[in-house]
Amino acid sequence: MTEAGRMHHDMGGQEAGPVQQAAHSHPDWEKRVDALMMLLSNNKRRLIGVDEMRRGIESLGKDSYTKLTYYERWTASITQNLIEKGIINSDELGRKMAEMEAHAKAGGGRIGETD
Amino acid sequence: MTLRSDGNVLDHYQAMELAVSALLIDKGYFTEDDMAAEIDAMAKRTPEIGARVVAQAWTDPDFKARLLEDGTGACESIGLDMGPTRLMVVESTADVHNVIVCTLCSCFPRMLMGIPPDWYKSKDYRSRVVREPRVVLKEFGTEPGADVDVRVHDNSADMRYLVLPKRPDGTDGMSREELAKLVTRDSMIGVKIVEAP
Amino acid sequence: MARFTSGDSVTVRRAFPPGHVRTPYYIRGKSGHVERVLDSFANPEELAYGRDGLPKRPLYRVRFAQSRVWPDYSGAPGDTLDVELYEHWLEPAGEESA
Repeated sequence: MTEAGRMHHDMGGQEAGPVQQAAHSHPDWEKRVDALMMLLSNNKRRLIGVDEMRRGIESLGKDSYTKLTYYERWTASITQNLIEKGIINSDELGRKMAEMEAHAKAGGGRIGETD
Repeated sequence: MTLRSDGNVLDHYQAMELAVSALLIDKGYFTEDDMAAEIDAMAKRTPEIGARVVAQAWTDPDFKARLLEDGTGACESIGLDMGPTRLMVVESTADVHNVIVCTLCSCFPRMLMGIPPDWYKSKDYRSRVVREPRVVLKEFGTEPGADVDVRVHDNSADMRYLVLPKRPDGTDGMSREELAKLVTRDSMIGVKIVEAP
Repeated sequence: MARFTSGDSVTVRRAFPPGHVRTPYYIRGKSGHVERVLDSFANPEELAYGRDGLPKRPLYRVRFAQSRVWPDYSGAPGDTLDVELYEHWLEPAGEESA
């Protein structure tokens, strides 16, 4: 049965499997994504609204639900929104991502302020 | 902050998050301390907060009435920081069993419960609990009788829902603190009931 | 001024636009009753695109009998589904345009 008007995030009523109840650990990276979302949307800054972030996730396309994890989708949406608003641009983002990857490859270690 | 890496190769999205955060800090939108403070604040938000609200409602009829009428106001009246949350509390009884979902994303009363469990955000839960709630509840070991109405709440808009679970029999005389220890996150979502010790 | 009040029978409009819509697909075209009138909020369909979403619109909690939402519902007859819906998605029951 085709449901042409249904968007992929709008899941209620679809066929699915048993609910997998096991929890996974919540690594630091994911906590940072949660924190980033809160920092950007809180009343102090209002850089990106929660509705904009949700819409950003919905815009990722249907494969995003099979190919990306929950936090990867949030990261993609936050980033897309920041680029759309001109808060960051692709050029500086690309350079900074490469810098992060190179730093990790060289052995990681502490970056930024002390804990 | 140490880089998380598997064999010194960063995941694409981990690199993206680190880069985005670093750029935003460089540009002065927030500081690393702000990030640390937010992570710390999030860590303090656990279901124990919601459990205290439930235990108070079970032992204080005026508070319970207020909670069901104005969830946010009632919680603030006992000193809880609700942030921008608009809370709606739904009471499970002998006749009604409530269960909460956000079919569109993963809306959850984080100020009272912390982050939602993975299964709450999953396609399996979001797709099926609106359509066959009793089957899903059974997977969690919960089986309301046929004479109990199962009421599903889809958090489709601005309110955030919390189930006030039915107080189990055999808990008379327990202190508020003892009662709060019985109340689990899953009972406040509605997939489990609260059991007497 | 909210158009509907608690107890009113309403039908969810049967429309399927793209964009950021907070009316779940499964509830469109279904009929239920207003369980309560909630506050008014800025329209998320507009907020999602960086606009202010004003004027605020009334939000309703609408209760549906599960047996009227799913043709093959196999739970108990008293089971219900509550969804929060914005006023512009609701019509008085029986008057929904085709």
